[in-house]
Amino acid sequence: MDYTNISILLVLVVATALAFDFTNGFHDTGNAMATSIATRALKPKAAVGLSASLNLVGAFLSLTVAATIATGIVDAGVVTLEVVLAGLVGGIIWNLITWFFGIPSSSSHALVGGIVGAVIAAVGTSGVQWAGLFGKVLIPALIAPAVAIAVASVGTWLVVRITRDVEDKTNDRLFRWGQIGSASLVSLAHGTNDAQKSMGIILLALIAAGAVPNGSSVPFWVILSCALAMALGTYIGGWRVIRTLGKGLVELSSRQGMAAETSSAAIILVSSHFGYSLSTTHVATGSIMGSGVGMKGAKVRWSVATRMFGAWLITAPCAAVVGATAVFIEQGVGGTAGSYVIFGLLILVSSFIFLRSRRTKVDSKNVNDDWESSADNESVVAQSVATHNPQLMRIKSKPRKKRVKKKGKQIHKQKHKKKHKKSEKG
Amino acid sequence: MSGFIEWSAIGNIIVVGLVFGAGLPALFALGVRALAGPGSHQDDGRVPLMRRVTAIACFAVIVVAVVGAIVYIAAGGH
Repeated sequence: MDYTNISILLVLVVATALAFDFTNGFHDTGNAMATSIATRALKPKAAVGLSASLNLVGAFLSLTVAATIATGIVDAGVVTLEVVLAGLVGGIIWNLITWFFGIPSSSSHALVGGIVGAVIAAVGTSGVQWAGLFGKVLIPALIAPAVAIAVASVGTWLVVRITRDVEDKTNDRLFRWGQIGSASLVSLAHGTNDAQKSMGIILLALIAAGAVPNGSSVPFWVILSCALAMALGTYIGGWRVIRTLGKGLVELSSRQGMAAETSSAAIILVSSHFGYSLSTTHVATGSIMGSGVGMKGAKVRWSVATRMFGAWLITAPCAAVVGATAVFIEQGVGGTAGSYVIFGLLILVSSFIFLRSRRTKVDSKNVNDDWESSADNESVVAQSVATHNPQLMRIKSKPRKKRVKKKGKQIHKQKHKKKHKKSEKG
Repeated sequence: MSGFIEWSAIGNIIVVGLVFGAGLPALFALGVRALAGPGSHQDDGRVPLMRRVTAIACFAVIVVAVVGAIVYIAAGGH
Protein backbone atom coordinates (compact mmCIF):
# COMPACT_ATOMS: atom_id res chain seq x y z
CA MET A 1 0.00 0.00 0.00
CA ASP A 2 1.35 3.40 -0.85
CA TYR A 3 1.66 6.36 1.44
CA THR A 4 -1.66 8.07 0.56
CA ASN A 5 -3.63 4.91 1.09
CA ILE A 6 -2.11 4.38 4.50
CA SER A 7 -2.89 7.98 5.47
CA ILE A 8 -6.50 7.62 4.40
CA LEU A 9 -6.82 4.34 6.25
CA LEU A 10 -5.27 5.95 9.31
CA VAL A 11 -7.80 8.78 9.20
CA LEU A 12 -10.63 6.25 8.94
CA VAL A 13 -9.34 4.26 11.90
CA VAL A 14 -8.92 7.37 14.05
CA ALA A 15 -12.41 8.60 13.14
CA THR A 16 -13.91 5.19 13.89
CA ALA A 17 -12.05 4.92 17.20
CA LEU A 18 -13.42 8.31 18.21
CA ALA A 19 -16.89 7.20 17.14
CA PHE A 20 -16.50 4.12 19.34
CA ASP A 21 -15.40 6.35 22.21
CA PHE A 22 -18.54 8.40 21.67
CA THR A 23 -20.84 5.35 21.79
CA ASN A 24 -18.90 4.13 24.82
CA GLY A 25 -19.68 7.43 26.53
CA PHE A 26 -23.37 7.47 25.93
CA HIS A 27 -23.84 3.77 26.40
CA ASP A 28 -22.24 3.91 29.84
CA THR A 29 -23.64 7.14 31.28
CA GLY A 30 -26.19 5.05 33.08
CA ASN A 31 -23.58 3.08 35.02
CA ALA A 32 -22.75 6.15 37.02
CA MET A 33 -25.83 8.30 36.83
CA ALA A 34 -28.90 6.10 36.43
CA THR A 35 -29.47 5.79 40.17
CA SER A 36 -29.06 9.52 40.83
CA ILE A 37 -31.52 10.29 38.06
CA ALA A 38 -34.02 7.68 39.22
CA THR A 39 -34.03 8.91 42.82
CA ARG A 40 -34.08 12.55 41.71
CA ALA A 41 -30.88 13.35 43.54
CA LEU A 42 -29.97 15.21 40.38
CA LYS A 43 -32.01 16.53 37.48
CA PRO A 44 -31.43 14.35 34.40
CA LYS A 45 -29.58 17.07 32.47
CA ALA A 46 -27.48 18.03 35.49
CA ALA A 47 -26.58 14.39 36.06
CA VAL A 48 -25.30 13.79 32.54
CA GLY A 49 -23.52 17.16 32.63
CA LEU A 50 -21.72 16.22 35.83
CA SER A 51 -20.88 12.78 34.50
CA ALA A 52 -19.56 14.25 31.24
CA SER A 53 -17.31 16.75 33.03
CA LEU A 54 -15.95 14.03 35.29
CA ASN A 55 -15.35 11.76 32.31
CA LEU A 56 -13.41 14.59 30.73
CA VAL A 57 -11.36 15.15 33.87
CA GLY A 58 -10.88 11.41 34.30
CA ALA A 59 -9.45 11.08 30.81
CA PHE A 60 -6.72 13.59 31.65
CA LEU A 61 -6.20 12.35 35.17
CA SER A 62 -4.05 9.37 34.40
CA LEU A 63 -1.91 8.79 31.35
CA THR A 64 -0.64 5.30 31.94
CA VAL A 65 -2.17 4.17 28.71
CA ALA A 66 -2.81 0.53 28.15
CA ALA A 67 -1.12 0.81 24.78
CA THR A 68 -2.43 -2.54 23.72
CA ILE A 69 -6.00 -3.58 23.38
CA ALA A 70 -7.06 -7.17 23.60
CA THR A 71 -3.65 -8.14 24.98
CA GLY A 72 -3.51 -11.84 25.62
CA ILE A 73 -6.74 -12.33 23.74
CA VAL A 74 -5.61 -12.08 20.13
CA ASP A 75 -2.23 -12.65 18.60
CA ALA A 76 -0.73 -9.15 18.53
CA GLY A 77 1.16 -9.89 15.32
CA VAL A 78 -1.97 -10.23 13.21
CA VAL A 79 -3.63 -6.98 14.23
CA THR A 80 -3.46 -4.71 11.20
CA LEU A 81 -5.20 -1.40 10.61
CA GLU A 82 -7.87 -3.18 8.57
CA VAL A 83 -8.55 -5.61 11.40
CA VAL A 84 -8.76 -2.79 13.95
CA LEU A 85 -11.16 -0.88 11.72
CA ALA A 86 -13.42 -3.91 11.30
CA GLY A 87 -13.27 -4.64 15.03
CA LEU A 88 -14.29 -1.09 15.87
CA VAL A 89 -17.17 -1.31 13.42
CA GLY A 90 -18.33 -4.48 15.19
CA GLY A 91 -18.08 -2.80 18.57
CA ILE A 92 -19.94 0.34 17.51
CA ILE A 93 -22.79 -1.44 15.78
CA TRP A 94 -23.36 -3.84 18.68
CA ASN A 95 -23.24 -0.93 21.12
CA LEU A 96 -25.90 0.88 19.10
CA ILE A 97 -28.11 -2.20 18.87
CA THR A 98 -28.00 -2.84 22.62
CA TRP A 99 -28.56 0.87 23.24
CA PHE A 100 -31.63 0.74 21.02
CA PHE A 101 -33.08 -2.00 23.20
CA GLY A 102 -31.97 -0.17 26.33
CA ILE A 103 -29.71 -3.01 27.44
CA PRO A 104 -26.68 -2.00 29.49
CA SER A 105 -24.09 -4.24 27.86
CA SER A 106 -20.35 -3.88 28.22
CA SER A 107 -18.64 -1.59 25.71
CA SER A 108 -15.30 -3.28 26.23
CA HIS A 109 -16.85 -6.68 25.52
CA ALA A 110 -18.25 -5.28 22.31
CA LEU A 111 -14.83 -3.95 21.34
CA VAL A 112 -12.96 -7.14 22.23
CA GLY A 113 -15.64 -9.21 20.49
CA GLY A 114 -15.41 -7.10 17.36
CA ILE A 115 -11.65 -7.45 17.20
CA VAL A 116 -11.72 -11.19 17.88
CA GLY A 117 -14.25 -11.63 15.08
CA ALA A 118 -12.15 -9.54 12.73
CA VAL A 119 -9.03 -11.57 13.58
CA ILE A 120 -10.84 -14.87 13.00
CA ALA A 121 -12.09 -13.65 9.63
CA ALA A 122 -8.66 -12.35 8.66
CA VAL A 123 -6.33 -15.16 9.74
CA GLY A 124 -8.54 -17.90 11.18
CA THR A 125 -9.07 -19.21 14.69
CA SER A 126 -5.34 -19.60 15.28
CA GLY A 127 -5.05 -15.83 15.78
CA VAL A 128 -7.18 -16.01 18.93
CA GLN A 129 -5.89 -17.03 22.34
CA TRP A 130 -8.96 -18.87 23.54
CA ALA A 131 -7.83 -19.31 27.14
CA GLY A 132 -7.37 -15.55 27.38
CA LEU A 133 -10.78 -14.95 25.83
CA PHE A 134 -12.50 -17.21 28.35
CA GLY A 135 -10.44 -16.21 31.36
CA LYS A 136 -10.42 -12.47 30.76
CA VAL A 137 -13.70 -11.79 29.04
CA LEU A 138 -16.39 -14.43 29.29
CA ILE A 139 -15.92 -15.76 32.84
CA PRO A 140 -15.58 -12.30 34.45
CA ALA A 141 -18.90 -11.41 32.83
CA LEU A 142 -20.50 -14.07 35.01
CA ILE A 143 -18.49 -13.25 38.13
CA ALA A 144 -18.82 -9.45 38.10
CA PRO A 145 -22.56 -9.26 38.69
CA ALA A 146 -22.40 -11.97 41.37
CA VAL A 147 -19.72 -10.10 43.31
CA ALA A 148 -21.55 -6.79 42.85
CA ILE A 149 -24.89 -8.23 43.96
CA ALA A 150 -23.21 -9.63 47.09
CA VAL A 151 -21.44 -6.42 48.06
CA ALA A 152 -24.33 -4.08 47.25
CA SER A 153 -26.90 -6.22 49.04
CA VAL A 154 -24.78 -6.34 52.20
CA GLY A 155 -24.22 -2.56 51.94
CA THR A 156 -27.90 -1.82 51.39
CA TRP A 157 -28.94 -4.14 54.20
CA LEU A 158 -26.57 -2.40 56.62
CA VAL A 159 -27.61 1.08 55.51
CA VAL A 160 -31.31 0.36 55.71
CA ARG A 161 -30.90 -1.30 59.09
CA ILE A 162 -28.85 1.52 60.58
CA THR A 163 -31.17 4.25 59.33
CA ARG A 164 -34.49 2.44 59.76
CA ASP A 165 -35.65 4.81 62.52
CA VAL A 166 -34.57 7.97 60.73
CA GLU A 167 -37.33 9.86 58.96
CA ASP A 168 -37.64 9.04 55.27
CA LYS A 169 -37.42 12.67 54.29
CA THR A 170 -34.18 13.22 56.20
CA ASN A 171 -32.76 10.02 54.78
CA ASP A 172 -33.55 11.13 51.27
CA ARG A 173 -32.06 14.56 51.78
CA LEU A 174 -28.78 13.33 53.26
CA PHE A 175 -28.30 10.21 51.20
CA ARG A 176 -28.70 12.15 47.99
CA TRP A 177 -25.41 13.83 48.77
CA GLY A 178 -23.72 10.50 49.33
CA GLN A 179 -25.25 9.30 46.13
CA ILE A 180 -23.93 12.19 44.07
CA GLY A 181 -20.47 11.69 45.57
CA SER A 182 -20.29 7.98 44.89
CA ALA A 183 -21.73 8.36 41.39
CA SER A 184 -19.10 10.99 40.63
CA LEU A 185 -16.38 8.56 41.60
CA VAL A 186 -17.76 5.97 39.18
CA SER A 187 -17.78 8.59 36.40
CA LEU A 188 -14.20 9.52 37.12
CA ALA A 189 -13.00 5.91 37.09
CA HIS A 190 -14.93 5.31 33.88
CA GLY A 191 -13.37 8.32 32.17
CA THR A 192 -9.90 7.14 33.07
CA ASN A 193 -10.38 3.51 32.11
CA ASP A 194 -12.46 3.74 28.99
CA ALA A 195 -11.11 6.86 27.30
CA GLN A 196 -7.71 5.22 27.52
CA LYS A 197 -8.91 2.25 25.52
CA SER A 198 -9.59 4.48 22.54
CA MET A 199 -6.34 6.37 23.09
CA GLY A 200 -4.54 3.04 23.03
CA ILE A 201 -6.19 2.06 19.75
CA ILE A 202 -5.36 5.37 18.09
CA LEU A 203 -1.77 5.19 19.33
CA LEU A 204 -1.42 1.69 17.92
CA ALA A 205 -2.82 2.84 14.60
CA LEU A 206 -0.43 5.80 14.49
CA ILE A 207 2.53 3.54 15.21
CA ALA A 208 1.40 0.95 12.68
CA ALA A 209 1.10 3.64 10.02
CA GLY A 210 4.48 5.09 10.91
CA ALA A 211 3.03 8.47 11.85
CA VAL A 212 4.74 8.40 15.23
CA PRO A 213 7.84 6.44 16.23
CA ASN A 214 7.47 3.15 18.04
CA GLY A 215 7.27 3.53 21.81
CA SER A 216 6.23 7.17 21.71
CA SER A 217 3.71 8.49 24.21
CA VAL A 218 0.20 9.55 23.35
CA PRO A 219 0.11 12.86 21.44
CA PHE A 220 -1.88 15.57 23.16
CA TRP A 221 -4.46 15.88 20.39
CA VAL A 222 -5.29 12.21 20.84
CA ILE A 223 -5.91 12.63 24.57
CA LEU A 224 -7.98 15.74 23.95
CA SER A 225 -10.10 14.30 21.16
CA CYS A 226 -10.74 11.04 23.02
CA ALA A 227 -11.70 12.89 26.18
CA LEU A 228 -14.02 15.19 24.23
CA ALA A 229 -15.62 12.38 22.23
CA MET A 230 -16.42 10.43 25.36
CA ALA A 231 -17.65 13.47 27.27
CA LEU A 232 -19.88 14.48 24.37
CA GLY A 233 -21.32 10.98 24.20
CA THR A 234 -21.90 11.00 27.94
CA TYR A 235 -23.60 14.38 27.82
CA ILE A 236 -25.94 13.35 25.03
CA GLY A 237 -26.86 10.59 27.40
CA GLY A 238 -27.92 7.06 26.69
CA TRP A 239 -31.38 7.72 28.06
CA ARG A 240 -32.66 4.33 27.01
CA VAL A 241 -30.00 2.54 29.04
CA ILE A 242 -30.35 4.97 31.95
CA ARG A 243 -34.05 4.20 32.04
CA THR A 244 -33.51 0.45 32.21
CA LEU A 245 -30.89 0.74 34.94
CA GLY A 246 -32.67 3.36 37.01
CA LYS A 247 -36.30 2.32 36.65
CA GLY A 248 -36.40 -1.10 35.04
CA LEU A 249 -34.45 -3.29 37.43
CA VAL A 250 -35.42 -1.98 40.85
CA GLU A 251 -37.46 0.94 42.11
CA LEU A 252 -34.67 2.78 43.88
CA SER A 253 -34.60 4.95 46.97
CA SER A 254 -31.71 7.29 47.78
CA ARG A 255 -30.33 4.89 50.36
CA GLN A 256 -30.25 2.07 47.84
CA GLY A 257 -28.78 4.30 45.17
CA MET A 258 -26.01 5.41 47.46
CA ALA A 259 -25.16 1.86 48.52
CA ALA A 260 -25.25 0.68 44.90
CA GLU A 261 -22.95 3.39 43.56
CA THR A 262 -20.44 3.00 46.39
CA SER A 263 -20.37 -0.72 45.82
CA SER A 264 -19.77 -0.12 42.08
CA ALA A 265 -16.96 2.35 42.69
CA ALA A 266 -15.30 0.08 45.26
CA ILE A 267 -15.48 -3.05 43.13
CA ILE A 268 -14.27 -1.32 39.97
CA LEU A 269 -11.23 0.14 41.73
CA VAL A 270 -10.49 -2.93 43.84
CA SER A 271 -10.79 -5.34 40.92
CA SER A 272 -8.43 -3.35 38.75
CA HIS A 273 -6.04 -3.18 41.69
CA PHE A 274 -5.93 -6.97 41.85
CA GLY A 275 -5.41 -7.14 38.11
CA TYR A 276 -8.74 -8.78 37.39
CA SER A 277 -10.65 -5.99 35.73
CA LEU A 278 -14.38 -6.38 35.80
CA SER A 279 -16.59 -4.55 33.33
CA THR A 280 -17.99 -1.27 34.71
CA THR A 281 -21.34 -2.09 33.18
CA HIS A 282 -21.59 -5.54 34.72
CA VAL A 283 -20.54 -4.26 38.12
CA ALA A 284 -22.94 -1.30 38.06
CA THR A 285 -25.85 -3.44 36.97
CA GLY A 286 -25.09 -6.07 39.60
CA SER A 287 -24.84 -3.41 42.28
CA ILE A 288 -28.24 -1.99 41.41
CA MET A 289 -29.75 -5.46 41.57
CA GLY A 290 -27.99 -6.07 44.88
CA SER A 291 -29.51 -2.90 46.29
CA GLY A 292 -32.90 -4.42 45.53
CA VAL A 293 -31.97 -7.77 47.07
CA GLY A 294 -30.70 -6.13 50.26
CA MET A 295 -33.78 -4.01 50.88
CA LYS A 296 -36.82 -5.61 52.39
CA GLY A 297 -39.86 -5.00 50.27
CA ALA A 298 -37.95 -3.88 47.20
CA LYS A 299 -38.50 -6.14 44.25
CA VAL A 300 -35.92 -6.87 41.63
CA ARG A 301 -37.49 -7.37 38.22
CA TRP A 302 -35.69 -10.58 37.45
CA SER A 303 -37.29 -10.81 34.01
CA VAL A 304 -35.50 -7.60 33.01
CA ALA A 305 -32.33 -8.89 34.67
CA THR A 306 -32.49 -12.21 32.85
CA ARG A 307 -32.82 -10.49 29.49
CA MET A 308 -29.80 -8.45 30.41
CA PHE A 309 -27.67 -11.43 31.41
CA GLY A 310 -28.57 -13.03 28.11
CA ALA A 311 -27.41 -9.93 26.26
CA TRP A 312 -24.11 -9.96 28.14
CA LEU A 313 -23.37 -13.52 27.13
CA ILE A 314 -24.00 -12.83 23.47
CA THR A 315 -22.31 -9.41 23.33
CA ALA A 316 -18.83 -10.66 22.49
CA PRO A 317 -20.00 -13.30 19.96
CA CYS A 318 -22.41 -10.90 18.23
CA ALA A 319 -19.87 -8.12 17.97
CA ALA A 320 -17.49 -10.78 16.64
CA VAL A 321 -19.95 -11.69 13.88
CA VAL A 322 -20.28 -8.03 12.90
CA GLY A 323 -16.49 -7.60 13.00
CA ALA A 324 -15.96 -10.71 10.89
CA THR A 325 -18.57 -9.58 8.37
CA ALA A 326 -16.78 -6.26 8.12
CA VAL A 327 -13.50 -8.03 7.34
CA PHE A 328 -15.18 -10.17 4.67
CA ILE A 329 -16.66 -7.09 3.03
CA GLU A 330 -13.31 -5.31 3.31
CA GLN A 331 -11.50 -8.20 1.65
CA GLY A 332 -14.28 -8.77 -0.87
CA VAL A 333 -14.02 -5.23 -2.16
CA GLY A 334 -10.28 -5.17 -1.69
CA GLY A 335 -7.70 -2.55 -0.86
CA THR A 336 -8.45 0.86 0.53
CA ALA A 337 -11.79 0.86 -1.25
CA GLY A 338 -12.83 -1.95 1.10
CA SER A 339 -12.17 0.24 4.10
CA TYR A 340 -14.17 3.05 2.50
CA VAL A 341 -17.07 0.68 1.95
CA ILE A 342 -17.26 -0.54 5.55
CA PHE A 343 -16.86 3.00 6.85
CA GLY A 344 -19.78 4.04 4.64
CA LEU A 345 -21.80 1.03 5.78
CA LEU A 346 -21.08 1.94 9.40
CA ILE A 347 -22.51 5.41 8.84
CA LEU A 348 -25.57 3.95 7.07
CA VAL A 349 -26.32 1.40 9.79
CA SER A 350 -25.77 3.94 12.58
CA SER A 351 -28.09 6.46 10.94
CA PHE A 352 -30.70 3.77 10.45
CA ILE A 353 -30.61 2.73 14.13
CA PHE A 354 -30.69 6.37 15.19
CA LEU A 355 -33.69 7.22 12.99
CA ARG A 356 -35.50 4.09 14.09
CA SER A 357 -34.91 5.08 17.73
CA ARG A 358 -36.73 8.39 17.20
CA ARG A 359 -40.00 6.51 16.95
CA THR A 360 -39.81 5.40 20.56
CA LYS A 361 -37.86 8.27 21.93
CA VAL A 362 -36.46 8.24 25.45
CA ASP A 363 -34.90 11.50 26.63
CA SER A 364 -34.35 13.59 29.72
CA LYS A 365 -38.08 14.30 29.93
CA ASN A 366 -39.51 10.82 30.07
CA VAL A 367 -36.54 8.89 31.43
CA ASN A 368 -38.17 8.55 34.85
CA ASP A 369 -41.66 7.59 33.70
CA ASP A 370 -43.20 4.53 35.26
CA TRP A 371 -41.83 1.28 34.05
CA GLU A 372 -44.65 -0.46 32.25
CA SER A 373 -44.25 -4.10 31.77
CA SER A 374 -47.29 -6.31 31.97
CA ALA A 375 -45.15 -9.29 32.94
CA ASP A 376 -44.15 -7.55 36.13
CA ASN A 377 -47.51 -6.43 37.40
CA GLU A 378 -47.43 -8.92 40.20
CA SER A 379 -44.09 -7.79 41.52
CA VAL A 380 -45.26 -4.18 41.57
CA VAL A 381 -48.37 -5.20 43.45
CA ALA A 382 -46.29 -7.20 45.88
CA GLN A 383 -43.98 -4.27 46.40
CA SER A 384 -46.72 -1.75 47.00
CA VAL A 385 -48.38 -4.10 49.48
CA ALA A 386 -45.13 -4.88 51.25
CA THR A 387 -44.15 -1.25 51.64
CA HIS A 388 -47.71 -0.10 52.33
CA ASN A 389 -47.41 2.36 49.54
CA PRO A 390 -50.54 2.32 47.41
CA GLN A 391 -49.05 4.97 45.17
CA LEU A 392 -46.95 2.31 43.58
CA MET A 393 -50.13 0.72 42.22
CA ARG A 394 -50.24 2.11 38.78
CA ILE A 395 -50.73 -0.83 36.59
CA LYS A 396 -52.07 -0.40 33.10
CA SER A 397 -55.19 -2.35 32.29
CA LYS A 398 -53.81 -5.03 30.08
CA PRO A 399 -53.90 -8.83 30.40
CA ARG A 400 -52.92 -10.48 33.68
CA LYS A 401 -55.04 -8.00 35.52
CA LYS A 402 -57.39 -10.48 37.12
CA ARG A 403 -55.59 -10.76 40.39
CA VAL A 404 -55.56 -7.04 40.94
CA LYS A 405 -59.19 -6.63 39.99
CA LYS A 406 -60.20 -9.25 42.49
CA LYS A 407 -58.62 -7.24 45.21
CA GLY A 408 -60.72 -4.30 44.16
CA LYS A 409 -57.77 -2.01 43.78
CA GLN A 410 -58.31 -1.39 40.12
CA ILE A 411 -61.01 1.17 40.87
CA HIS A 412 -58.57 3.37 42.67
CA LYS A 413 -56.09 3.33 39.91
CA GLN A 414 -56.81 6.78 38.57
CA LYS A 415 -56.78 8.34 41.99
CA HIS A 416 -53.46 6.82 42.90
CA LYS A 417 -51.97 7.86 39.66
CA LYS A 418 -52.86 11.47 40.26
CA LYS A 419 -51.55 11.30 43.77
CA HIS A 420 -48.35 9.81 42.54
CA LYS A 421 -47.80 12.57 40.04
CA LYS A 422 -48.47 15.18 42.62
CA SER A 423 -45.99 13.69 45.03
CA GLU A 424 -43.42 13.58 42.30
CA LYS A 425 -43.70 17.28 41.71
CA GLY A 426 -43.75 18.18 45.35
CA MET B 1 -13.07 -24.58 33.48
CA SER B 2 -11.59 -23.95 36.92
CA GLY B 3 -8.28 -23.09 35.32
CA PHE B 4 -9.83 -20.01 33.80
CA ILE B 5 -11.01 -18.59 37.09
CA GLU B 6 -8.57 -16.72 39.28
CA TRP B 7 -10.07 -17.67 42.62
CA SER B 8 -7.54 -15.79 44.73
CA ALA B 9 -8.16 -12.53 42.87
CA ILE B 10 -11.91 -13.00 43.21
CA GLY B 11 -11.57 -13.74 46.93
CA ASN B 12 -9.55 -10.56 47.41
CA ILE B 13 -12.05 -8.52 45.41
CA ILE B 14 -14.96 -9.79 47.50
CA VAL B 15 -13.25 -9.16 50.85
CA VAL B 16 -11.80 -5.73 50.07
CA GLY B 17 -14.91 -4.85 48.04
CA LEU B 18 -17.06 -5.60 51.07
CA VAL B 19 -14.86 -3.51 53.36
CA PHE B 20 -15.13 -0.46 51.10
CA GLY B 21 -18.28 -1.10 49.09
CA ALA B 22 -20.45 -2.03 52.07
CA GLY B 23 -18.43 -0.51 54.91
CA LEU B 24 -18.43 3.05 53.61
CA PRO B 25 -22.20 3.19 53.03
CA ALA B 26 -22.70 1.76 56.53
CA LEU B 27 -20.42 4.44 57.93
CA PHE B 28 -22.35 7.10 56.06
CA ALA B 29 -25.55 5.65 57.48
CA LEU B 30 -24.07 5.85 60.99
CA GLY B 31 -23.28 9.50 60.36
CA VAL B 32 -26.81 10.16 59.17
CA ARG B 33 -28.23 8.37 62.19
CA ALA B 34 -26.05 10.37 64.54
CA LEU B 35 -27.25 13.60 62.96
CA ALA B 36 -30.88 12.80 62.40
CA GLY B 37 -31.73 9.58 64.21
CA PRO B 38 -34.12 9.33 67.15
CA GLY B 39 -33.07 11.50 70.06
CA SER B 40 -30.73 13.57 67.93
CA HIS B 41 -32.54 16.82 68.55
CA GLN B 42 -32.65 18.43 71.98
CA ASP B 43 -35.62 20.48 73.07
CA ASP B 44 -34.10 23.59 71.56
CA GLY B 45 -33.71 21.76 68.26
CA ARG B 46 -29.92 21.50 68.38
CA VAL B 47 -27.89 18.37 67.85
CA PRO B 48 -25.81 17.37 70.90
CA LEU B 49 -22.06 17.83 70.58
CA MET B 50 -21.28 14.13 70.96
CA ARG B 51 -23.57 13.25 68.06
CA ARG B 52 -22.13 15.99 65.89
CA VAL B 53 -18.59 14.78 66.56
CA THR B 54 -19.58 11.21 65.70
CA ALA B 55 -21.20 12.33 62.47
CA ILE B 56 -18.24 14.48 61.45
CA ALA B 57 -15.85 11.61 62.22
CA CYS B 58 -17.88 9.24 60.02
CA PHE B 59 -18.05 11.69 57.13
CA ALA B 60 -14.36 12.56 57.50
CA VAL B 61 -13.34 8.90 57.07
CA ILE B 62 -15.49 8.77 53.94
CA VAL B 63 -13.95 11.94 52.53
CA VAL B 64 -10.48 10.50 53.15
CA ALA B 65 -11.49 7.30 51.36
CA VAL B 66 -12.84 9.26 48.38
CA VAL B 67 -9.73 11.43 48.12
CA GLY B 68 -7.65 8.27 48.41
CA ALA B 69 -9.63 6.73 45.55
CA ILE B 70 -9.08 9.80 43.34
CA VAL B 71 -5.34 9.78 44.08
CA TYR B 72 -5.34 6.08 43.28
CA ILE B 73 -7.03 6.68 39.93
CA ALA B 74 -4.68 9.56 39.14
CA ALA B 75 -1.64 7.47 40.00
CA GLY B 76 -2.79 4.97 37.40
CA GLY B 77 -2.95 2.15 39.87
CA HIS B 78 -5.03 -0.07 37.62
